[in-house]
Amino acid sequence: MIALLLRDLKLAFRAGGGFGLGLAFFLIVVVLVPFGVGPQTELLSRIAAGILWVGALLACLLSLDRLFALDWEDGSLDLLATSPLPLEAVAVSKALAHWLTTGLPLVVASPVFGLLLGLPEAGYIFVVLSLLIGTPALSFIGAFGAALTVGIKRGGLLLSLLVLPLYVPTLIFGAEVARRGSEGLAVQTPLLLLAGITFGSMALLPFASALVLRVNLR
Amino acid sequence: MMPELGKYAGEVLSSYAASLVLLAGLVIVSLRASRKAKAALEALEKGRQDG
Amino acid sequence: MRLNALWEYANPVKFMRLTDRVLPVVSVLALAAMVVGLVWGFFFTPDDFRQGSTVKIIYLHVPSAMMAISAWFMMLVTSLIWLIRRHHVSALAAKAAAPVGAVMTIIGLVTGAIWGQPMWGTWWAWDPRLTSFLILFLFYLGYIALWEAVEDGDTAADLTSALCLVGSVFAFLSRYAVNFWNQGLHQGASVLRAGALVGDTEERVSNVFAVPLFISMAGFVLFFIALVLLRTRTEIRLRRAKALIARERLS
Repeated sequence: MIALLLRDLKLAFRAGGGFGLGLAFFLIVVVLVPFGVGPQTELLSRIAAGILWVGALLACLLSLDRLFALDWEDGSLDLLATSPLPLEAVAVSKALAHWLTTGLPLVVASPVFGLLLGLPEAGYIFVVLSLLIGTPALSFIGAFGAALTVGIKRGGLLLSLLVLPLYVPTLIFGAEVARRGSEGLAVQTPLLLLAGITFGSMALLPFASALVLRVNLR
Repeated sequence: MMPELGKYAGEVLSSYAASLVLLAGLVIVSLRASRKAKAALEALEKGRQDG
Repeated sequence: MRLNALWEYANPVKFMRLTDRVLPVVSVLALAAMVVGLVWGFFFTPDDFRQGSTVKIIYLHVPSAMMAISAWFMMLVTSLIWLIRRHHVSALAAKAAAPVGAVMTIIGLVTGAIWGQPMWGTWWAWDPRLTSFLILFLFYLGYIALWEAVEDGDTAADLTSALCLVGSVFAFLSRYAVNFWNQGLHQGASVLRAGALVGDTEERVSNVFAVPLFISMAGFVLFFIALVLLRTRTEIRLRRAKALIARERLS
């Protein structure tokens, strides 16, 4: 499984591998919002935490259809299915690779983008913390969506439609941690719930993803 | 016969109108689809019998 | 009737024969209950002290909202039956129910928004109940879209069942997330509390409104059942037609 993970990471970093695409999209969202709502710092600081979360979520969403699609197209997924590695492990590995190449960079970049949006000082630690805990959920939930649509030609838009409602609880709790933290309020409840969603997704969704992959590989 | 709806007449009537249109639309679409499927299947099965 | 005998209707032929007889009856009952409930509610109930005549919207809003949730729950059960017992009728029933549930959700949203306008002063409010229904609508859309996008029937049934299962967990989570996110303007679950029929207090729905409401709710339930039976019959026919065409192509 480690070998599979390393291979996916290597592929992502290669040219055309898609690394940096998520970050670029995150930047685009962060730059576009002030153009949309006006440059007043007072307004921007109030919505900064939310914008960062929405931007991170959309950036994750964008890179999801590559998750299984490339291996599906060249037949590697069939090979993986017949290998001694259980499909559940393949699903975990793919989701982790997605997180390491898309989610984690977003976490690291978020303070810089927070600066662009006038994020209140108190908010930085909470934005980073909530994204760090929440982005794995986005990857694992996204992997399930990607598995559902892997066999569908140009299924990218459908993938977004399917995954978006699944993302809502993660977004709400993540953004609540970031927002409340920025305002100096207590964050224990949303933080615990966010962590719960992440650990639940990581523990349980690979089984659903594997089931769905098996159906599509029939 | 019409009850005194007072100042909320617009709200109440539009709710009822919208709902009834949606419900009726659903029924009509479902009935049409049913008839079409029935006819298509019968044509196919008749084809099998004759052919 | 033995419970096991119920599974015989998972056989498409038996299902068609049974519904040949049952569907007309259910349809008539549905029409009767809906007409009685809505006419009684619209014409023969008083206005509410605080809400004026808008209280009449309750006869549409509450039943449709209830059906929006119940339809999804039915889809969940039938999806599970498909995954475990591979009964095609079950999978097709789930497919048939989705558009009905989606329309119920729309009616719930539209009537909810219209009802809320004079009370809350806005055409749309991100109130927890309304927001949850909006999310539910997105779940319905995704489910329906997935059925349409997949060519093979059995694969589509498997994928949509998996989506329904996972979706249900997240829909449930969303409800609580949305409540957390916005404490909200909506009235509590006053209709379905046991005491709803007893007396007229601040939070409860008085008798005068409750009886036609329950009749409307029964009407909507029967309407749902009738439509799902009708639509499932359509799906069964479509599937059989597809199989016949495929067989002809082979020979």
